[in-house]
Amino acid sequence: MSHYVPHTEADIKAMLKDIGVKSKTELFSDVPKKLLLKELNIPEGITQQEVLEFMQKLADANTVYDVVLRGAGSYKHFLPSTVKNLSSRAEFVTAYTPYQAEISQGILQVIFEYQTMICNLTGMEVSNASVYNGASAAAEAILMCKERNKSKVIILGDIRPDTKSTIITYTEDQGLEILDIPLDKDLKGLKEALDDQVACVYVEQPGYLGNVIDAKEVGDIVKGSGAKYIMGCNPISLAILKSPGECGADIAVGDGQPLGLPLGFGGPYLGFMACTEKMMRKIPGRIVGETVDADGKKAYVLTLQAREQHIRRERALSNICSNQALCALTVTIYLSTIGKQGLIDVANECVNLSHYFKNELSKVQGVEFLEGEFFHEFVTITPGKVDAILSELNKVNILGGLKLDRDRILWCVTETVSKECLDFVVDLIRGVL
Amino acid sequence: MSLYYAETHEWAEINGKVATVGISDFAQGELGDIVFVELPVVGDTVDAGGFLCEVESVKAVSEIYAPVAGKIIEVNEELEDAPEKINENARGAWICKIEFSTLPDGLLSEEEYLKQNS
Amino acid sequence: MKTIFEKSKIGSKGVEIKKQNVPAYEFPEGYRRKDLDLPEVSEIEVVRHYTGLSRRAFGVDNGFYPLGSCTMKYNPKVNEEVAQMRGFTNIHPLQNEENAQGALKAMHILSEYLCEITGMDDITLQPAAGAHGEYTGLKLISKYHKARGDLKRNKIIVPDSAHGTNPASATLAGFEVINIKSDEEHGVDLEELKKVVGDDTAALMLTNPTTLGLFEKNIVKIAEIVHGAGGKLYYDGANLNAIMGVVRPGDMGFDVIHLNLHKTFSTPHGGGGPGSGPVGCKEEFACFLPGPKVEKYGEEYFLVNLPESMGKVGSFYGNFLVYLKALTYILTLGKEGIPYSAKCAVLNANYLKAKLQDKFDTEKDRHCMHEFVISIKKIKEETGVSAMDIAKAMIDGGVHPPTMYFPLIVDEALMFEPTETETKETLDEAIELLNDLHARAYSDPESLKTAPHNAVIRRPDEVMAARKPVLRYVKP
Repeated sequence: MSHYVPHTEADIKAMLKDIGVKSKTELFSDVPKKLLLKELNIPEGITQQEVLEFMQKLADANTVYDVVLRGAGSYKHFLPSTVKNLSSRAEFVTAYTPYQAEISQGILQVIFEYQTMICNLTGMEVSNASVYNGASAAAEAILMCKERNKSKVIILGDIRPDTKSTIITYTEDQGLEILDIPLDKDLKGLKEALDDQVACVYVEQPGYLGNVIDAKEVGDIVKGSGAKYIMGCNPISLAILKSPGECGADIAVGDGQPLGLPLGFGGPYLGFMACTEKMMRKIPGRIVGETVDADGKKAYVLTLQAREQHIRRERALSNICSNQALCALTVTIYLSTIGKQGLIDVANECVNLSHYFKNELSKVQGVEFLEGEFFHEFVTITPGKVDAILSELNKVNILGGLKLDRDRILWCVTETVSKECLDFVVDLIRGVL
Repeated sequence: MSLYYAETHEWAEINGKVATVGISDFAQGELGDIVFVELPVVGDTVDAGGFLCEVESVKAVSEIYAPVAGKIIEVNEELEDAPEKINENARGAWICKIEFSTLPDGLLSEEEYLKQNS
Repeated sequence: MKTIFEKSKIGSKGVEIKKQNVPAYEFPEGYRRKDLDLPEVSEIEVVRHYTGLSRRAFGVDNGFYPLGSCTMKYNPKVNEEVAQMRGFTNIHPLQNEENAQGALKAMHILSEYLCEITGMDDITLQPAAGAHGEYTGLKLISKYHKARGDLKRNKIIVPDSAHGTNPASATLAGFEVINIKSDEEHGVDLEELKKVVGDDTAALMLTNPTTLGLFEKNIVKIAEIVHGAGGKLYYDGANLNAIMGVVRPGDMGFDVIHLNLHKTFSTPHGGGGPGSGPVGCKEEFACFLPGPKVEKYGEEYFLVNLPESMGKVGSFYGNFLVYLKALTYILTLGKEGIPYSAKCAVLNANYLKAKLQDKFDTEKDRHCMHEFVISIKKIKEETGVSAMDIAKAMIDGGVHPPTMYFPLIVDEALMFEPTETETKETLDEAIELLNDLHARAYSDPESLKTAPHNAVIRRPDEVMAARKPVLRYVKP
């Protein structure tokens, strides 16, 4: 039997004696006897060495690709060594939520810096300390816009399927109706759908299929109607694309995974959320604020807590308690390490390489594309050839784009892919077609 | 002009058909340092004894009830930036003005209220 | 300490990004942002800055952390090593199932073990935290009643001792919350319960052991009352550490549960997250679980979407790398280690309580489970020293304070949860510290009211923080 109880037999005896009982089982006298479990039907405990061997086997049963050309909500980027090293410091990893400010200044300051970075990236005024992931951030943002007499929510254009499904889950019990409006050329659909019943419009930039739009134009139309404007963003793209703040957004959300977190089979990631000062008291989750201590020295605390579930209970706007603090810390260290120029470089490399890849693919006969501006993801149309292309790539340990259907693939190129590799992939696709 | 109190610790200063409303000194003392007042919305109608607005301290949220039924005609926007005014002078820091038609039963005079909460 | 922004210097560079020889692409003018304000700092400055901040944080690795209701047990290093294996960190959530068999198998095994430990029939690993799990579990209950055409069941009963997330989750899931008072022993008042249950009861949410650290003795009767009215029983797994492997929620009559892997199953709290909040249920709810689910056919694992599923509650499959740590923990402890750990958690709590109960007010007639609550009310009346003052003074003693002012039904509450991973010596030192603070409350109350004295800051002005919020660094 393995376990982490540090007691010796003698310790246990002495403690039982001090409590005044004969055995540990006696301490469970309040539990009805018939409910006591005889035995757990799971394997016996093993040594740490054996566990490591077992788990390594499971890890080895997964394919780790040399090259990843798949995104769709999870993006492989270069991770500087500082990121993993600093974010694994045990003082951060093994701490609880910083309720006790006096011994949690380090964590509180990191969150304060994280909030500042998210505000600066999004061009917004207030950020929380993170929520679970991009999908739940979008759902929470929509709930922030709930108003009396406004029962409609517009989802504009293609959004990630997970996000869509999560939004539906979260809004269906709140009397909100979701309207899917396509992104047509002159935004006619949007203009027609906007009326005084619409609480908010949610748009993703880049969209699920990689497309980039003039988000300010959308913002101007939405604002004119009195609805709130929510932008879901890939944070890397914010290094070069107009910020949600510049586009007139009331709330900016997204998944922070591209900022220093590994693919990790989908998690843990983090949802970032930022809003205007006007909406400050509606944003869910923890928020850190700067103040002074009893000696007038700068100090950080969790603040605006009256919004939260532990105070407001059934009247709280959100139920969130634990968030993704360690992931927020990782993001903060990533952004500090690569800095302003580094993030711009990452964004530009993604854009340049993906446009190069598309351009080279356009020279291959039989490859068609969806039109429009894109960031680092785009769709190819190769009727009936999707499986063949992806399986050829798989053979050479390249994870190709995501199969959307039998004709379309959603590709993603980040700075981790070399030009030579892209040339190789183009040739391989030419061969398949 | 006359002054009334509600059992739920709000004061109402009556001027013709307009009641100016705030919370009592006793209430502000119980709440502690007030950090935010969610002001009512001008144009909304409220019921006597019904929900009027919320007042937040660091670790609590309290509901404030309307002492009279009617329509909100003005709110004290000064409290948005300076909620501490309620702590400093509860009787002076009004929250809103309500246009009403009749006074409800059960309101207390200042003397009665102070006697109840002494 | 200065913020990283104040250490920023124009032109300073940390780690550079590789540039490749491909043509530059420029977006149209109207698409591009004007400027970007992020720090510009050298690598060593980044390292020193965050190392410096880590020294201003306090984790389980730094010292005793008896934070009630949070189960701050030791987070084994082997768990961390597993979660950093390349074969787990570097796999894409949308890579084909045949290329992710190890990951799917891990999810499948963990699901089976968690079902066995809780006495449930099925489970989802998707929820990212306890509150997220509560929400998911309540949605299951909502879907279940609605699918049967039982549309009247819109009320969730919550005891007044419950965690704040319980009522908040119920509201979010579209229910109305009915709060019920506790009885004299701080358990569910059966008479009150009988009064409020009816054909509109969707479920009763319960933590067992309760938030006072006491086992709900009437659990079988409670289950009978709720089930008798057609309602369901929801288990808040926050306190499972006391009873894991000893008694199962499923056997007590619970229908739907959530777990906090970051409490019971030793995954670290990370300064507030990420956690993991799997939701287990009895067979009749299984078809409504969020998708996709891992299913095993022959020796292969697949991701399956159920037609009646409630849909997703978040991205992909939840906090995968977090729940791998929980799997590692369960594999290590196994069938004997799990109940042994629970029993030792209860042993430690009772030892601490036994040694404190002469000086501090607490439940004396019953054994506690993994935690207990003391009230500083009497001390405060006699000395002016509050629960907060005792908590802050503990910081000077090198111990993380217990949970303060919770549950709400106890005045001046301090809630201690020592967990099973603390030595007797650590508990003895904490006992000595608390006895000393008790004496000082009477001899020198001022020194407690102004505590802490040795931390990097004194008590912060929370009123100012909330009245004039400064929520980001703005250049002067």
